[in-house]
Amino acid sequence: MDGILAALEFLLPWEFSSVLFAACAVALALYWRGLRRVPAAQQPSIGRRIAFFSGLLLVYFVMQTRFDYLSQHMFYLHRLQHLVLHHLGPFLIALSAPLAVLAAGVPARIGTAPFERFWRLPATRVGYGLLQNAAVAPVLFVGLIWFWLSARIHFDAMLSGPLYWVMNWSMLIDGLLFWILMLDPRPRRDGALLGFGARILIVLAAMVPQMLIGAHIAFSERDLYDVYAVCGRAWDIDPLRDQHIGGLITWIPAAMMHVIAALILIGRWARSDTNMAGRSRVPTTERARASATNGAHAAGPGLPGGA
Amino acid sequence: MARRHGWMVAALIACGLLSACSDGGWRTHDIYRLVPGLAFSLEDDRGNSVSAQDYRGKVTLLLFGYTSCVDVCQTTLAELAQTLRASDAGGDDARVLFVSVDPARDSSAVMHEYVQAFGPRFVGLRGDAAALDALTRRYRVSYTLGKPDAQGRYEVSHSSAVFVFDRAGRARLLFSPKDAPDAMAQDLRRVMFESAAAAG
Repeated sequence: MDGILAALEFLLPWEFSSVLFAACAVALALYWRGLRRVPAAQQPSIGRRIAFFSGLLLVYFVMQTRFDYLSQHMFYLHRLQHLVLHHLGPFLIALSAPLAVLAAGVPARIGTAPFERFWRLPATRVGYGLLQNAAVAPVLFVGLIWFWLSARIHFDAMLSGPLYWVMNWSMLIDGLLFWILMLDPRPRRDGALLGFGARILIVLAAMVPQMLIGAHIAFSERDLYDVYAVCGRAWDIDPLRDQHIGGLITWIPAAMMHVIAALILIGRWARSDTNMAGRSRVPTTERARASATNGAHAAGPGLPGGA
Repeated sequence: MARRHGWMVAALIACGLLSACSDGGWRTHDIYRLVPGLAFSLEDDRGNSVSAQDYRGKVTLLLFGYTSCVDVCQTTLAELAQTLRASDAGGDDARVLFVSVDPARDSSAVMHEYVQAFGPRFVGLRGDAAALDALTRRYRVSYTLGKPDAQGRYEVSHSSAVFVFDRAGRARLLFSPKDAPDAMAQDLRRVMFESAAAAG
């Protein structure tokens, strides 16, 4: 009984965020509704559904349970939190390509028209185009990791509640932007912002500096982040051991996510070339498949790709 | 257009991230506007209920610990006593608030005897678990009480941070064990002098 109570207590938020709670609840409700309304041709596979739900759940778990407290007081758990916020969670959500389902889940009273209008605003298109530029996206992705891990900034982020939230939100939003750009299921000719080849290069190039940052932390013999010693660790652990594990988490699983992304992209590239070659021979089925994938992103961030 | 200016924007972001660090010439850690102001409601080592309001007009140094702590806490408090002397806060305008994270063992009487040894400007504070947790949560510090052994003894671990608040109760500095005593004294003097000037 005590064990159950303790587990339930662990699942309660340490610092409740109404914005994050609302964002997760709305995303969950829209996806759930959308699954019942989306036409059979656009129904996502079981794998894509699992990817969406687990990505969302992971993000919620690391930000709105007692895990959040632990990651404020243990460097390697903080690195695990950021691995979920910047890599794993957004990666899974982007992999599930959820926009068609989310759009179908919007109540008819509201409709998708307001979102489409917002999307067509010049400011939205220019801003999104800049953030998702082939040079900006990887610099921002790696730059944010480097920025929040610079000793002085890291110290302040762990001391200040508001700054801590800015840090975590920036990682989550940038993670979503980056992986949506990288894992767009469409080839460039169907509206993706970048071709598969360019995306493979970017995803692998963005991996290298992260490996360097991770290795630097993992091999450091100096306590780089003394904020954990100053404010107290969640439990007793040798500071250098904590830092060593944290460095390894920054280095290896993060790099693996980039390798997995590159493999997925190589597979999609090969398939898209086969589809292209096969179009003249089996026009009907291939065209039907292609339009189904297109439709899946009709209202999505793919739109400015035409620009 | 987005495509053409992409490299420029990327370079700008990199520069922005690189130049984000600055400091105001403090030798210890500046926490102005980062950490919330002094606020608590606890019991002092004479058994009186006190709140942050009672210390307005004084520069306060807030830290956490427990009286059975033979090593770190005593060293830190002794160092702070030395810092106060060195910063020439000879008058009555500084207070060191030592908050017990082990209120079960640290009664007011125990606290009184413990803090007295460091001088009249040292105050022991204690409260129930809820009051203590509210305070540690406010300053984002942790403490843990270990499992008691057969003799009922247990390990306590806690934050080593010393938060410095000015006369208006605003958080100004954070002293950590790596700060040299003369750096702490110099910065403390600066906070005392400037907030005395502002008050006068």
